[in-house]
This record gives sequence, structure tokens and C-alpha cells, in this order.
Amino acid sequence: MLAFTTLDGLVVPLDRANVDTDAIIPKQFLKSIKRAGFGPNLFDEWRYLDHGEPGKPNHDRPLNPDFVLNQPRYQGASVLLARENFGCGSSREHAPWALEDYGFRAIIAPSFADIFYNNCFKNGILPIVLDATLVDRLFRECGAIEGYALTVDLARQTVTTPTGEVIHFEVDAGRKHRLLNGLDDIGLTLLQGDKIKAYEERRKIEAPWLFA
Amino acid sequence: MPGQTLFQKLWDAHIVHVEADGTTLLYIDRHLVHEVTSPQAFEGLKLAHRTPRRVDAAIAVPDHNVPTTDRSQGIADPVSRLQVETLDANCAEFGITEFKMDDIRQGIVHVIGPEEGLTLPGMTVVCGDSHTSTHGAFGALAFGIGTSEVEHVLATQCLWQKPSKTLLVKVEGQLGKGVTAKDIALAIIGEIGTAGGTGYALEFGGSAIRALTMEGRMTLCNMAIEAGARAGMVAVDQATIDYVKGRPYAPKGDAWDKAVAWWRTLHSDPDAAFDRVVELDAAKIEPQVTWGTSPEMVTTVGGRVPDPADAPNDVKQHDWTRALEYMGLQGGTPITGIAVDKVFIGSCTNSRIEDLREAASVAKGRKVAPSVKLALVVPGSGLVKQQAEAEGLDRIFIAAGFEWREPGCSMCLAMNADRLEPGERCASTSNRNFEGRQGQGGRTHLVSPAMAAAAACAGHFVDVRNF
Repeated sequence: MLAFTTLDGLVVPLDRANVDTDAIIPKQFLKSIKRAGFGPNLFDEWRYLDHGEPGKPNHDRPLNPDFVLNQPRYQGASVLLARENFGCGSSREHAPWALEDYGFRAIIAPSFADIFYNNCFKNGILPIVLDATLVDRLFRECGAIEGYALTVDLARQTVTTPTGEVIHFEVDAGRKHRLLNGLDDIGLTLLQGDKIKAYEERRKIEAPWLFA
Repeated sequence: MPGQTLFQKLWDAHIVHVEADGTTLLYIDRHLVHEVTSPQAFEGLKLAHRTPRRVDAAIAVPDHNVPTTDRSQGIADPVSRLQVETLDANCAEFGITEFKMDDIRQGIVHVIGPEEGLTLPGMTVVCGDSHTSTHGAFGALAFGIGTSEVEHVLATQCLWQKPSKTLLVKVEGQLGKGVTAKDIALAIIGEIGTAGGTGYALEFGGSAIRALTMEGRMTLCNMAIEAGARAGMVAVDQATIDYVKGRPYAPKGDAWDKAVAWWRTLHSDPDAAFDRVVELDAAKIEPQVTWGTSPEMVTTVGGRVPDPADAPNDVKQHDWTRALEYMGLQGGTPITGIAVDKVFIGSCTNSRIEDLREAASVAKGRKVAPSVKLALVVPGSGLVKQQAEAEGLDRIFIAAGFEWREPGCSMCLAMNADRLEPGERCASTSNRNFEGRQGQGGRTHLVSPAMAAAAACAGHFVDVRNF
């Protein structure tokens, strides 16, 4: 898995609450049997003026000039600033795949939907929860200052603003460790193989119908 | 020792290992697999030269991409076809049981699990689909996972989890006539918001919940995710046990007796403490209709589309304005003044036999309004379809001008050919009214099956209680 240590990235503000995974990557792109290549269709219905389909070339599609990702000042952004309940809806991991493929490695919001939050860590993306008032201020600063960038340090659990203000964020210790080191979850779990086997042996006696 | 919540009992029964920080390796009893979120998981297994730990715990079905019209020629869309064929090939390679597209047992994964007895009380149930919360209706711990976790469960039969906080939504009293589990679900979401349940395992309790059928409980738990809760659940009672008994994969003989003895303990103890409790009065719940692009944007059928000027804060005002623009609605419009172009009765929320009976009872002797371009009824499974046909429901729908289709997810998310065109407005029994959910530019209003059938016949929303 992709590791995350530090990031010094341009910030793009997506000023909408409850951004759902259908908006992040519309359903027609979920027909792919691959894990890569979703970036060009990230936020497809907001980003383009026409209808996107899998297999359709994206480079000559008409862009929606009003959509924030299309504005010249935000090109190359790797930090997404969002509002509450980001990533709600479907469990599709295509959402973090698309965000990562586009180039986002950190997302800052007052809250995230549970499944999306979890899926981010499996794909080298750091979701950062900050207080809503603080996020509101970051939105204002980001809008006011062209080239607004933030430095994210996962080991220290900090976000540093251009003025040098250091903001602390919380992250679960286990998830942090795995993300910092890019560890493969399955490999780690298989180290507990004896315990899994012991659990199964016990359950076969307690609840044999689960092993029919 | 204080009493335990249902969630705690289910959690404790599945602990394989606990890390120092409380992160728990949880055992998974049932893994439901469908074609959309599994191909990359199987690919990952193959690349790492791993094999599924327990093929007997997994069951697969294609549902999102399948056509609801004649299937004898297969799937016309080559991209959809490849995804279903990939599921077929992966199941064949690894020996996982699959109910294929032409199997009478094929259907929406969250309908067939309970129908076949693959979902049982006390189980941990996962699926690469957020509506896995549905299975919690059986006193199971059921939640949706991403594709990395699908691969993880295939390889290890376990998942790393942190215990959730617990939320009890208590609905006491008696529901009014014409008010259904769907209306309870939408009323709860209207009350606590789409992020109200984030971080919680949500238990539905109270006399109104105990009075629901298993179908109603499934509808309710299905929508727990729309309130932000990964898992929704209802305590086991006699209705649960009666529903499970005799299902193909349910335990039999001595195993049944032993199972039932344990299942009867699967309820929150009277003195169990929840992190949060929300109470609703069942008698005050009215038929619900969503007006916006999030399930929390909901009001009663007698209500009006709200005016963004009345929003409680700036962020909400911005969201409401945007939602009304997308929906093509003006603040202040009465809900019953909104005309619909299409009607969809189906989805993992509302496609079970009871849902179809409710809708048919409204459609009986009526006609779909001439202004309605398409009214679809999509049963949740081949067996639901068969049962409905045995009861003559198909003939009622067809006589009224509805189309009677083959089972699948269909227009809930429009991955197959069933979809809304830009600007079209739909009364839908599904679970999400997000922008573009039912087709780019499509406008979705979430309602119960009876309300959808009534809207189809009237051509606009009507109060089914006096229709």
C-alpha cells in the first residue's frame, strides 16, 4: 500500500456539505474491473459539461469552467478542503481510487462518512478531521490567497498553514502506523493465523451451523 | 455488571484478537459478494497468490448490472457484461457459490441473503455495499465495506475494526394507517440528519419497531447508512425466528434448537447503556417525501418545499439553494403539487413481497396517469417475483400500466439500462436522492411503495391515506 509521511500541497476548496460517493465517481465508471485510471472521471458530472462514459476519451470533453477543480489557480492541488460528512453514501472504494489517481493525498473536513474514511487509509490518502470553525477559516484563507498550500505531517499529526500556524489533528494509532509505513493489512492479519484458527475451532463447537 | 447492548453482545461473540489500542480483529461469518466491488479484490488475491480462507462463508450474485428486461440474449452493454462475466469466472475459479443471472434465486444481494437463510441472527455479515446494514434486521452485526476489505475478508475471514459508539432510536406507539417502515426511516433521517449516525451502531427499538414485519425491519435497517450509521440492527424476537425457520441455508434439527437458544439472547439488556438515545412518537409520523438531493432533505406529504431563506445556517442555506436548483423546485411549493415523469418501485430498500403487495393494493383498479412516461416495478429477487406472480400482483400492475420486470438493482443507481434522463423527475422507493444517482440530471424523490404507486396513478404526489 502507498505510504503517507509528509505532504506540502496546494489546497483546493470544495464548498459543499454531504459530498457523496456518487458525486465523487459516478456509477457508470464502477463497471471497470481495474483499480487504476479513475482520476480523469473524478467528480465527472460537476467537472464536465457533457455526459461521461467508460472508455470515452476525456481530454477533449468540455470542462465546466465554474467547477473549482477546473480553475487554473488550483491545478496540481493535492489537498482537498471539504465540508461536513464528506464521502457519504455508497461504500465504493472507487471514490478514494479516483481521488488518489487525480493526485489528492490528503482531505480536510469537519467530518467524514465512516466507510469512506476507512477506505481512504487503504489507499494512501489521509483524511483529516478538523473543527468546523477552523475548516471555515481555512476556506476563507484558501479563497483569499492564491497558491494557498498546507503542510501535513502524519508522524507529528500536524497541519501547518502558510503563516506558520500549527494545527494538531487526531488519528487512530493503528491506522497511523499502517499508513506511515504503507503496510499490507492482509499480511499483518495473517500473522494472527493461530488465533483465527483457534477462534474457528471454538465456534465450530459453540455454533456449528455457521460452518455448514 | 451493567447490561449489554445488542451491539456489544454481537461484537464480543466475534473477537479474535484485540490490540493494545482496542483495535479488534473481528471474525466474519457471512460474506456477500456482487460483481461491482469484487473484481479488484479477486485480482488482488491472485496477484498475492492467496486463496479464500472459507469459500463456504461467501455467496455471490450479480445484481447491479443485470438487465431487468428479457435476459435470454445476455447483457447488451459490453462493459456491464464483462463485469458480470468476471464475477462468474472468479467464483468458478475459487469455488464460491454463485446465484447466476438465470437462477431463480438471483436477485439483489440484500434481498437474497435473508430470503435464503444465508443471513442469520447473531452473525457478522459484510458485503462490498453500504446497504449491508439491511441484514441487521435479524439481530446481526452487518455493515458495508470497501474493496480492500472484501479482499481482506476473502483472505482472512476477519476485519480490523474499532468498536462503534451505540445509538438507540426508540420509536414508541402505533403507526397511522398508510404509514410504513420507509416513512419511519425517512422521518428518523429528517430528525438526526444524514451524518447523525456517523460513528455509531444504530439499534432500532420501541413498540413501533417490534410491531414491524421482518420486511419492514429490513427497510429500516437498510436506511441506517443514510443516517450515517454503517450498521443498523433490531433485536431478535419471535418474528425473526419465524422468518428464518425453514429457509434453505437456515440450521435444521438439533442445530436449529441450539441456534434459537442463543438467538433469543440477542437483544439489548433492559439496563444497557447507549451512548445516545433518540425518541420518536410513531403516531406523529406521516408519509414522507424527499424534496432535495440528500435523504435528510425530507418533509411530510402535506408539507411544502422549504425556502432556503428559512435555513438554520449559511452552509444549509447554500445546500438548500443548490438542491432546489438541481431539483428544479421553488421554495414554498406544496409537495402534492409536484408532478412526476417516472416511478420506480424496487431496490434493496423496498422490493420485497410486502412492498409489492402495498404498492399493488394502491394500483389495483387504477391506471398510471398518462403524463407518467414510465412506471417500473422491479422485484428484489426471482423468488419474490415468483411469489408476486402466484398472488396475481403482476397482473394488477400490468393492468394499471406498470412495467413488470426481472430482478436487480435497476433504477436505484442506474448501472443497467434503467435510468432517468436529464431533468426527469421520479418517485422512487430506493434509498438515495443524490444528484445523478438515477441518471445524470435525474431528480429523485424518495417515498414508500404505496406513495410511489399513488404518485404513478395521480401523476403527482398525493397523500396515500386519502387516495
